Amino acid sequence: MEQSLSYILDSTLETVDRAEENATRIATELGFAEDEVMQISMAVREGAVNAVLHGNAYAPDKKVTLAFEHTPEDLVITIRDQGKGIDLGTIPNPLAPENLLKTSGRGIFLMRSFMDVVEIRPSQTGTEIKLIKHVRGPSAGGKEGSQ
Amino acid sequence: MSMKLSTRQVDGVTIVDCSGRITLGEGSVMMRDTVRDLLAKGNKKIILNLDEVNYIDSSGIGELVSAFTTTKNQGGELKLLHLTKKVHDLLQITKLYTVFDVKEDETAAVKAFK
Repeated sequence: MEQSLSYILDSTLETVDRAEENATRIATELGFAEDEVMQISMAVREGAVNAVLHGNAYAPDKKVTLAFEHTPEDLVITIRDQGKGIDLGTIPNPLAPENLLKTSGRGIFLMRSFMDVVEIRPSQTGTEIKLIKHVRGPSAGGKEGSQ
Repeated sequence: MSMKLSTRQVDGVTIVDCSGRITLGEGSVMMRDTVRDLLAKGNKKIILNLDEVNYIDSSGIGELVSAFTTTKNQGGELKLLHLTKKVHDLLQITKLYTVFDVKEDETAAVKAFK
């Protein structure tokens, strides 16, 4: 991939699928291991679901911005919505016994489980989620290198 | 690959063979409708065979939880069969593996119903 790529997408389910497909393609091109590709694509899917469903609430006039940037050290994915911003303090711990049988509320937890760094910045004009995966192997990052 | 579901009966137990993706949208809705339809028809012993489910997201996990609790609340029982590694790992991460009754063998799963 180029050093950075960005997309402006509608608030639809197709955007969720497209975000995931792009993440899978880019992570694969950068040489991440198969399990890391799955983790990255799943985290991006969850971030896109968050933006489309909880942020923009499928509003046709609101967009989702999806950006990929890679450095020798990291793959950085940023997902922005134009919603009211989430209140991180109200998100329950999905692993707490009283929440285990809830049917929702695991998206941010999965993002945090699969990525090295997850930064969530809510504001009145939307939420920005930054997902970072460190480049570990010599081949990741699209480079050939020595140990 | 989109979600596909088919049902069959074995010794009074309904086995739902699932393949594809259980994700937000069509996959989750299909799963929900199928389980609700089975319960409405009085089929309260249900096995979800996830052998060919290659992808599941948080919505899909939520749908499995919903199927489990809905069945239980209606006096039924729901078990999961043949988890793929991806689904197994996700249920471990989310601490749901011990909540569900997970089986590796179909015959044993059918016999395990009360």
